[in-house]
Amino acid sequence: MKPKHSAFDVFLTIFLGIVSITCVLPFVHLLAVSFSSSAAVSAGKVTFLPIDFTTASYEYVVSGGRFFRAMAISVERVILGTLLNLVLMILTAYPLSKDNLMGRPFFTTYYVIIMLVSGGMIPTYLLVSGLGLKDTIWALILPGALPVFNMIILMNFIRGLPYEIEEAAWIDGASPFQTLVRVIFPLLKPALATVGLFSMVGHWNDWFSGSIYMSNPLNYPLQTYLQTLLVDFEHLLQSDKSGDIQAILSKMNARTGRAAQLFLGALPIMLVYPFLQKYFTTGLTIGSVKG
Amino acid sequence: MAKQKSAFRKKFGLQWQYLLMLLPGMIFVFIFSYIPLYGLVIAFQDYNVGLGFHSEWVGMKNFIFLFNQPTFARTIRNTLFIAIWKLVLGIIVPVTFALLLNEMRSNKLKRFYQTLIYIPNFLSWVIMAGVLLDILSTNGAVNRFLNLIGVDSVNFLGDPDVFPWTVIISDVWKTFGYGTVIYLAALTSIDPGLYESAVLDGASRAQQVFYITIPLLLPTIILMTVLSLGSILNAGFDQIYNMYSPVVWETGDIIDTYVFRLGFQQAQYSVGTAVGLFKSFVSAFLVLLSYVLADKLAGYRIL
Repeated sequence: MKPKHSAFDVFLTIFLGIVSITCVLPFVHLLAVSFSSSAAVSAGKVTFLPIDFTTASYEYVVSGGRFFRAMAISVERVILGTLLNLVLMILTAYPLSKDNLMGRPFFTTYYVIIMLVSGGMIPTYLLVSGLGLKDTIWALILPGALPVFNMIILMNFIRGLPYEIEEAAWIDGASPFQTLVRVIFPLLKPALATVGLFSMVGHWNDWFSGSIYMSNPLNYPLQTYLQTLLVDFEHLLQSDKSGDIQAILSKMNARTGRAAQLFLGALPIMLVYPFLQKYFTTGLTIGSVKG
Repeated sequence: MAKQKSAFRKKFGLQWQYLLMLLPGMIFVFIFSYIPLYGLVIAFQDYNVGLGFHSEWVGMKNFIFLFNQPTFARTIRNTLFIAIWKLVLGIIVPVTFALLLNEMRSNKLKRFYQTLIYIPNFLSWVIMAGVLLDILSTNGAVNRFLNLIGVDSVNFLGDPDVFPWTVIISDVWKTFGYGTVIYLAALTSIDPGLYESAVLDGASRAQQVFYITIPLLLPTIILMTVLSLGSILNAGFDQIYNMYSPVVWETGDIIDTYVFRLGFQQAQYSVGTAVGLFKSFVSAFLVLLSYVLADKLAGYRIL
């Protein structure tokens, strides 16, 4: 029996469609602004299609160099930060998943406390600068080296693995390290994909640590650099007196230049989005203990 | 006694590698989490850069100063207003959207809509704020559209009466895709047999929603509500810091933005930390409460 389509179904499809499209329309607008001339944008003519098409804003991004420098710092941070996160999460989650671990109540309390209370932004800032980490990439990576909540998700995942697999390895004489590397690690892949993506997105999207730990703007990661554009891109453009820039400036302004850079900053997330969608959804269910 | 000792030794002999694995994580957490926790003592000191965490003790002076500031009460009020509305709408909107999506007949279109609404969730607040500042400005795209349909322009970012709602609604807009996906996952686990027997009994679509879907979705709704209780003092620093301006401080300044200005722009480290300490302990209590409630009401435990 084929279900018949009532007026309600038509209404539902249209209404939900409008709401859903609203979630991406602002980005379409942003893209249109980035490819439009400054004159068309200032006159308020641009909606969802570029008017008076120009790539001037993107030429500015390429010629300036600041954007790509910041992006390189972000890429370095994502790679180093995610690797460190994963190594520490695995090394901590595996022993904690053992019920008979000696001193287990102490270790779990040690981590639960830190999930509940924190020193907050000022003492953490004073510590990191006291350690001399300011203006180094380590200031962005070390303070969050072990994401405790995600480590617990991973631990619960390990607990859900069949016990017999590990038991077989022990009978064959494998040490805990060998068991972890050869037996457990390969089984962790789906869970690692999830917590790894959490880490990557977290490192990529964080602008705040960059803005407090980097005193030299040349050390800013991408999101921190983009954040400064929200505040004073107008001045930055006016103060840039090099010949190439002045030629480009006749076709672009702060709004189009900002739009181009925001769009480029969002692009990497859009490109890995299919994976994000897949693993974040499965990740929501793997880490919980239903009892 | 000797027997106990040898049992300990035997266990250590088997487990020392586990303890070695735990060591690096413990060291990192000790340095970057426990030392700052100790650093909270500067809330009771008059912080001096040379003396660090061993500055001169001043007792409750910073707290007394703080509680006498009209700004402090204002930030608490603003934080609660914004956070509570975010929490309430952050449940109603995704639940409604998931229920409506679930009624759609076309699975392809359902998945497509889901894909669209989940995107903003992954973008940083810097990028979102950049987009919002552009489209919500007085001559931005949204006001142009409003004028087109005959509505007067709204000063979304500069009017203190409007600004908190701009923050609340744009946050719900950014995050409702996430909640929708969770509720849809819960909906797909409902036994289709229930609907089949309801249809045989002559139940209408509306009756099926109210007597089957909503009751079965309730545990997930309770769980999500309870878990978000812990963040009631987090009205969203990343979002508000990038969207606010001095003209809307009266209604838009929250605890975290206030701490940030005290600490990083005025170098009042001790007073800023006093605010942080206050917030941290209220939050800890709320998080603890939310985990206990989640366990009691929805049988959810993370440990």
